[in-house]
Amino acid sequence: MTDVHVSLRNVSKVFQRHGAGGAVHALGPIDLDLRTGEFFAVVGPSGCGKSTLLELIAGITRPSEGEVAFEGKAIGGRVSDGIGVVFQEDACFPWLDVASNIAVGLRKTSMSREERASRVDAALELMGLRDFRASYPAQLSGGMRQRVCIARTLVMAPRLILLDEPFGALDQQTRLLMGEEVLRVWRETRATIFLITHALDEAAMLADRIGVMSARPGTLIETIETGWPRDRDSRVVERPEFGGITARLWKALRQESLKAIGHPKASP
Amino acid sequence: MTARWRIWRGPILLVAGLLVAWQILFVIAGEMALRSPLQTVVLTVRLLSGPQLWPHIGETMTAFAAAIFFSVTLGLATGLTLGFSRLAGLIFEPMLVAVYSIPKLTLYPILLLTFGLGMSAKVAFGAIHGIIPISLFTINAIRNIRPILIKTGRVLNYSALEMAWRILIPAALPEIFTGIRIGFALTLIGTLLGEMFASQRGLGNLLMRAMGLHNVDLIMVITFILTVVAAVASGLLLAIDRGLRHRMSAQE
Amino acid sequence: MKHLALLRLAVIVLAVAAVEVLCRKGVIDAFTMPAPSKILADLWSMLISGKHNAAIAKTMSNAGVALGISIACGILIAVLVHRLLLVREALDPLFATYYAVPVIAFYPLLIILFGVGDAPKIAIATMLSIIAVIVNTLNGLDRVPRVLLKTARIVRMTHAEAALRVTLPYAMPYVLTGVKFAVAYSLIGIIGSEFIMSSDGIGFEIAFAYNNFDNATMYPLIVLVLIISIGLNLVISIWERSMLGRRGLR
Repeated sequence: MTDVHVSLRNVSKVFQRHGAGGAVHALGPIDLDLRTGEFFAVVGPSGCGKSTLLELIAGITRPSEGEVAFEGKAIGGRVSDGIGVVFQEDACFPWLDVASNIAVGLRKTSMSREERASRVDAALELMGLRDFRASYPAQLSGGMRQRVCIARTLVMAPRLILLDEPFGALDQQTRLLMGEEVLRVWRETRATIFLITHALDEAAMLADRIGVMSARPGTLIETIETGWPRDRDSRVVERPEFGGITARLWKALRQESLKAIGHPKASP
Repeated sequence: MTARWRIWRGPILLVAGLLVAWQILFVIAGEMALRSPLQTVVLTVRLLSGPQLWPHIGETMTAFAAAIFFSVTLGLATGLTLGFSRLAGLIFEPMLVAVYSIPKLTLYPILLLTFGLGMSAKVAFGAIHGIIPISLFTINAIRNIRPILIKTGRVLNYSALEMAWRILIPAALPEIFTGIRIGFALTLIGTLLGEMFASQRGLGNLLMRAMGLHNVDLIMVITFILTVVAAVASGLLLAIDRGLRHRMSAQE
Repeated sequence: MKHLALLRLAVIVLAVAAVEVLCRKGVIDAFTMPAPSKILADLWSMLISGKHNAAIAKTMSNAGVALGISIACGILIAVLVHRLLLVREALDPLFATYYAVPVIAFYPLLIILFGVGDAPKIAIATMLSIIAVIVNTLNGLDRVPRVLLKTARIVRMTHAEAALRVTLPYAMPYVLTGVKFAVAYSLIGIIGSEFIMSSDGIGFEIAFAYNNFDNATMYPLIVLVLIISIGLNLVISIWERSMLGRRGLR
């Protein structure tokens, strides 16, 4: 029996807008359990609140209703120890070199300098950035910069890694390879991974379980188990089951996507 | 080798071109109006080795140092306040832009009446020239900080002070520095203009008297010194500016 | 956004009111500065009496000439120089350091070259404003996306057509920024020159009034200059904003 790492109970998020419009019901109600060590992906139409969901789990935002718990303790307002976050936009500090960027989170810890250096080295090694430790982000490609951002979370030895469409800005082939990188990181760190993506094939390839969200306000309408072995890589796309999984995802998602873009063909 | 030559190619061509133009102008306008480049350099060396110019140079430098101090501190303070406070920024920034376009020389009599003749009027005049561009650039620098960097700070649970020191200032620094660079040049001009009217000493005042007496030698020497100092200082600041930006952007 | 304009107006009104109170109470003595209400009253009577209209007209017409020359020649030079990399390399350091140089020092030289009168003043004003036009126009020309030029080639536009129908319209907002600076610098150049070495124009009148302790003339003239320069700036800003707004850039 696997432990529950993160649990959401009846979680909703409503945003207050000043001026025009009033409140926006962005998300929920949602009930969700993330099992320790699993790879969980979330797909959903645009605007359904996927990013809000991630920020609730991270602790950057508080839920308007319900409770979010990480390792048994309620989260809210502060990002707990043991959680790492990677965003879609390039979060590298352009004024620091790669090694310093990776070490950014370590400054607040009470580690010795040797231990910090060894953690940074390990992260550089794991993400294949060893030759670039003295380079500046401006000299790197988009994919490499995202690797730096991932390495930045790794030095904190996270138990839960949240990724918000981290490869959205990259081309398809780079994305598939970066997916393999994430799988490798997952195996080496044994962390729980929570990935948001709009790319169905990415979710189907990477995850143990996939949650499908409805159009706004987003709720979980279906959860699909992929059943892949732990030591997989991008070549799972060759397996016959892969097509079935993406088909089920699209079947669940198509109507919601039409609703999200306000298409007349969205049947009630 | 080729890369280093490349950096200097522009300025060298420029200086060469200007010297040629100067010489041609001298030939056209004659001794009544100009001195040739060579004559000017000789005169400058001669005057600088004697005692006449140095007290005036000292006066100008003192006034300028004070003016630049006020420009930068007040400019940064205003810029940071208006940059961080969305409401204040929206209200006051357009006013700053409007004031920027005013011929500040027209405000000069008001400053003279307020501060009287002398150093404070000069310093005030120099400072008001520099404050506005520094504020405006600082406001922009803060507005242009990418939100993802601030989000990263929140993920790292940075306090407000940490956020300012570790993220906001480094991120905004290049553009703030550009503002300071431009403010530097304008403050110098402002101080000189101030000296032209409010002082018995200083290079600006000396220039004014030289213009009145039609002392072409002195006019040429002072203009030459001012131009060279201003150009060199600006060039240095520009190099620093480029250095700051080069690290942070993929251009060039 | 309407209440923003109201807030700004409120701030200005409050500031002026505060100064008015300070003047009436004598905290700011009349010798240094008369009360704003008096300044405005003097301005009004001055404009009606037409006493300084000749000076105003002279300054504005000179500034206008300088502005016209800067815009026309500035845009032309920018267009010509845009593709000449070597020339631009030489000019870049000039543009960067130009405004650090006290251009006013060239005034005696210009008198010799152009004689006494309006020409040297116009020359100085032009020297100040033309650079702003050139730098900003070049910036705009640089920013034209290649994809637009490729599109022009595909629809078989000639070079001239592409310049006129694609490049120039695209660069227009940036050119306008340069024009805004040019307006300010033309006024600054003319009025500054009048201040220093002239016998006519608003700058001269202000200096004359100052030397004669004539606050009743000096302050209204200063306020007039403020109103004109701020007003022109505002007009161009509104035009610029509507142009950028159409493109979704602001």
